[in-house]
Amino acid sequence: MVADLILEMRDITKTFPGVKALEHVSLEVAPAQVHAICGENGAGKSTLIKILAGIYPHGSYDGEIVYEGTPTAFKDIRASESAGIVVIHQELALIPQLSIAENIFLGNEQATRGVISWSETTRHARELLQRVGLAEKPDARVADLGVGKQQLVEIAKALSKKVKLLILDEPTAALNEEDSQKLLGLILELKRGGIASILISHKLNEVAQVADAITILRDGKTIETIPVPTRGAVDEDRIIRGMVGRQLEHRFPQRTSAPGEVLLTVKNWTVHHPIDQTRKVVDDVSLTVRRGEIVGLAGLMGAGRTELGMSIFGRSYGTHISGQVFMGDVEVTPRTVPDAIKAGIAYVSEDRKKYGLHLTETITRNVTLAALDKVSQRTVVSDREEAVNAERYRKSMNIKAPSVASIVGKLSGGNQQKVVLSKWMFADPDLLIVDEPTRGIDIGAKSEIYSILNELAAAGKAVLFISSELPELMGVCDRIYVLSAGRLTGEVGREQANEETLMRYMTMNRG
Amino acid sequence: MDVLRTAFRKNIRQSGMLVALAVIVILFQVLTEGKTLRPGNVSNVIQQNGYILILAIGMMIVIIAGHIDLSIGSIAGFTGAVAAQLMVNRDVPWVLAVLLCLLLGAVIGAWQGFWIAYIGIPSFIVTLASMLAFRGATITTLSGTSIGRLPSEFRQKTTQFLPGDDWGIGGELHDLTLIIGAVLALVAVYTQVRDRQVHTKYGGEALPLPWFVVKCAAIAAAILAFTWLLAKASGFPVVLIILAALLMAYGFTMQRTILGRHIYAVGGNAPAARLSGVKSQRVSFLVFVNMGILSALAGLLITARLNSAVATAGTNFELEAIAAAFIGGASASGGVGTVFGAVVGGSVMAVISNGLSLEGVEVGKQQMIKGALLLFAVAFDVYNKKKVGA
Repeated sequence: MVADLILEMRDITKTFPGVKALEHVSLEVAPAQVHAICGENGAGKSTLIKILAGIYPHGSYDGEIVYEGTPTAFKDIRASESAGIVVIHQELALIPQLSIAENIFLGNEQATRGVISWSETTRHARELLQRVGLAEKPDARVADLGVGKQQLVEIAKALSKKVKLLILDEPTAALNEEDSQKLLGLILELKRGGIASILISHKLNEVAQVADAITILRDGKTIETIPVPTRGAVDEDRIIRGMVGRQLEHRFPQRTSAPGEVLLTVKNWTVHHPIDQTRKVVDDVSLTVRRGEIVGLAGLMGAGRTELGMSIFGRSYGTHISGQVFMGDVEVTPRTVPDAIKAGIAYVSEDRKKYGLHLTETITRNVTLAALDKVSQRTVVSDREEAVNAERYRKSMNIKAPSVASIVGKLSGGNQQKVVLSKWMFADPDLLIVDEPTRGIDIGAKSEIYSILNELAAAGKAVLFISSELPELMGVCDRIYVLSAGRLTGEVGREQANEETLMRYMTMNRG
Repeated sequence: MDVLRTAFRKNIRQSGMLVALAVIVILFQVLTEGKTLRPGNVSNVIQQNGYILILAIGMMIVIIAGHIDLSIGSIAGFTGAVAAQLMVNRDVPWVLAVLLCLLLGAVIGAWQGFWIAYIGIPSFIVTLASMLAFRGATITTLSGTSIGRLPSEFRQKTTQFLPGDDWGIGGELHDLTLIIGAVLALVAVYTQVRDRQVHTKYGGEALPLPWFVVKCAAIAAAILAFTWLLAKASGFPVVLIILAALLMAYGFTMQRTILGRHIYAVGGNAPAARLSGVKSQRVSFLVFVNMGILSALAGLLITARLNSAVATAGTNFELEAIAAAFIGGASASGGVGTVFGAVVGGSVMAVISNGLSLEGVEVGKQQMIKGALLLFAVAFDVYNKKKVGA
C-alpha cells in the first residue's frame, strides 16, 4: 500500500447506456495537496467525482478506490461523507430560507435525543464561520447572502463534517474576481491545515495559481498528470495543450459549403438574467448566418450560448431583452415561440428530456407536435397523415425503433435526439438553432447528426450550432463565433480555427 | 398467448380497469344473487351516477393538463341553486334558465382559468378558494332554505327516458333503445377497425386478426347486452344519452384535434410544449372553462333529479370525480389518461357502491372500501410503471 496518498482511484471505468463516460481513469491525490482536474465539458470530470462521492454507488462502475490506504466501497453520499469526503457542487446545495447555522448543520444537527441545542449550534457555527473567514451572524438567512458568501457557507458545512478531502466543482464559476481570490486563499489555508482538495475548474489561471498537481481528462480518459513543483512552473498554455492535444479523427462527414444570402441577422442583442435582473447574460451580441451555412457558437459553461439561442427563439429565456432579429431583410424580433416558429426559426434544446420531448408519448406524436396544422384539416388531426410523416422521418433519420408507435422514453439518447430533430425538420424552418445536439450520444449517432445538419445546409437552410465540443465545431462549421461571459469575443473561419485559438477566446474576460 | 400478454401489458392500466369492471360486475352479480344486472337496477345505477361520470370526463381533462379542480361540487351546487331561483322564483323559461346556467358555469371556469393560467396561481389554491366561496354563494342564493317544485318539463326532459317504445320492433322491449344499441355497437367496431388499420400500417405490432375479431365481438356483445338490459327496463335514460354524447365528443377532441394534443403536451411536459409553440396558458384556460360548463351541467342534472336545490347539493362531487379519474388511469404528474378511462373508473366506483348497497353494507363501510380502492388502483399503477421502466 502506498501510504503517502490520501486517495487513489485506479482503472475507473463507467458506462452509461450507449456511452462510455470513463475509461480506465486513474487519479492520485497526496495528503494536503490541491489537485486540479481539467478537461473540456463532457470529458468525464463530473462522472469521476460522482463515483468518488458515492452518488454512483460501488458496483455501478469498474475499478478500485483506495482511500487513506484502504479500499472503499461507498454505497451513497452518507458513506463517503462519514469517511471525510465532501463535494461542493456547482449548484449550491443550500436551503435559502434557512439560516447559516441551520444550513451548516443540516442533516448533522447538534442535538441530544432529537432535540436541537441551539446554543451549541450557534457556537459551533460561529467557530466554523471564523475558520472560513466569513463575517456574518450564524442566524443570518442564506438567501440574503451573495453567491461568494454562500460558497463559504458550503465550505463551513464541509468543515463541520470533519472533511479530509474537499472536492470543489467549478467553485468560482459564479464569483467575481475578489470573491474568487478569497476562495482560492481559503483553499490554500485549508491545505496548510492538512485538508486535501480536488479542484475542478475551467478557469485555468486559477488552476495554475493554486494547484500542486493537475490531472487532465479528455474523452473519459486520463491524459496526463502534470506535477507542479513550484508555483507558476506550469502555465495556462501547457494545460490547454493537454486538454485539446488530440488528432482530429475522420468523424466528420465531408461537405462542400456554398453559403448563400444572409438569412439571420442579430443586432445588439442583450439579455438579462430572469431572476438577477441586473446581470447581463448576453451582452450586445451581433451576428449573421447565411443560407447554406453552418455557423458554430463556442463558449464555456455559463458563457451565454444557450441563453442567446433561447432568447432569439421567441424570448424563451431572460428578461429585459433588447436588440433586433432579422430574417432576410425583414425584422422579425419574435416575442413568443409561435411568432418565432412563424418567422421560420426552430430551436433544438440542449436538454432534450426536459425541453424537447414528451417521454410518455409515441414517436409520431412527438414529431408532429410543433406543426400539427400540417397534418390537420380544420383542427382535426388526421392520424393517417401523421403516421405517414412520422414514418418518413423514422426511415430518413434512421431512428432505431420498432415503429413510430414506440414510446420515446424507451429510445436511446441518440434516437431521442433524432426524434427532436425530426420534429423541427417537420416544422420546416429556415433557421435551425441546435444546442448541444450530440451531448450524451455515441460516436456513430453523432456522425449521423452531423450528416443531417449538412443535408439541411445543403438544402439552403441556415444552421446555428451551439456546442461545447471544439473538435465537432471545427469539423462541422463554416465559421465559429466565440462567446465568453455573455460577450462575443471572436469570430473564426473554418481555416483559421484551432483549439488553442478558440480556447483563448473562450477564456477571455473571465474572472 | 405472448401477443395477448404484450398487448395486455401495453394498455394494462386501461384494459386492466375494464377487465376489473367486468370482474366486479360478475362478482356482485353472484353475491347479490342476480340483483345487480336486473334491468331496473342497471337503469338506476346510471341515473344515480350519470352526473359523476360527466364530471369525471372534465376532471380527467383537467388532470391530463397537469391541474386539479376542487371546486366542481360547489359550482354544481351553486348553478343548481341559480337554476332553481330562475325557474321557480323568477319564472324564467326552463330552456333559457339552462342556457344561462351553462353560461354561468363557463364564466366561473373562465374566472378560475384566468388566475391559474395567466397569473400563475396553483390550481389547487384557486379551486380550493372557489370551493369555499361557491358553497357560500349556494347558501346565500337559497337564503338558507331549499327551493323545490321545479318545472315538470325541465325534470322530464333531463331525468326521464327517451321516447320511442312502440315502434313495433322489439315486442315488449324499448325499440329506440335497441336501435341506439345497434348503432353504438357498429360505431365501436368501426373505430376499432379503423384504429387497427392505421396501427398495422405504421404501428408495428398489433393484435393478430383472430384475437382482434374476438375483441370486437366482445365489445359489440357488451354494448348490445347493456342496451338490451336498458330496453327491458324503461329504455334509454336521457342522462346516458348526454353522457354518451360527451364521451364521444371529448374522446374525439382529446385524441384527434390539435387542441386535444396540446392539452396532453402541456400536461406531459409543459416547458417542452411551450418550446414547441403550444400556447400553454390558453390551453389551461380553456380546460377550466370547460370544467366550469360541465360542473354547471352536473348541477342542473342533480337539481332536476332531486327536484329541489339544496345547500349541500354537489358536496364531495370533486372527490368522486378525482377518484374516478385516477382509478381510470390518470397520472398525478399529468399528460396521461383518456376520457374513456375516466368513465370506466367512475363506473367501477358506481358498481361497487351499488353492489354494496344491495348487500346492505352501511354507507360508512362503503366509503372505506372506496378509499382503499383508490389507493390500491394508483399504487398498482405506480408499481406497474416502475416495472415497465417508463
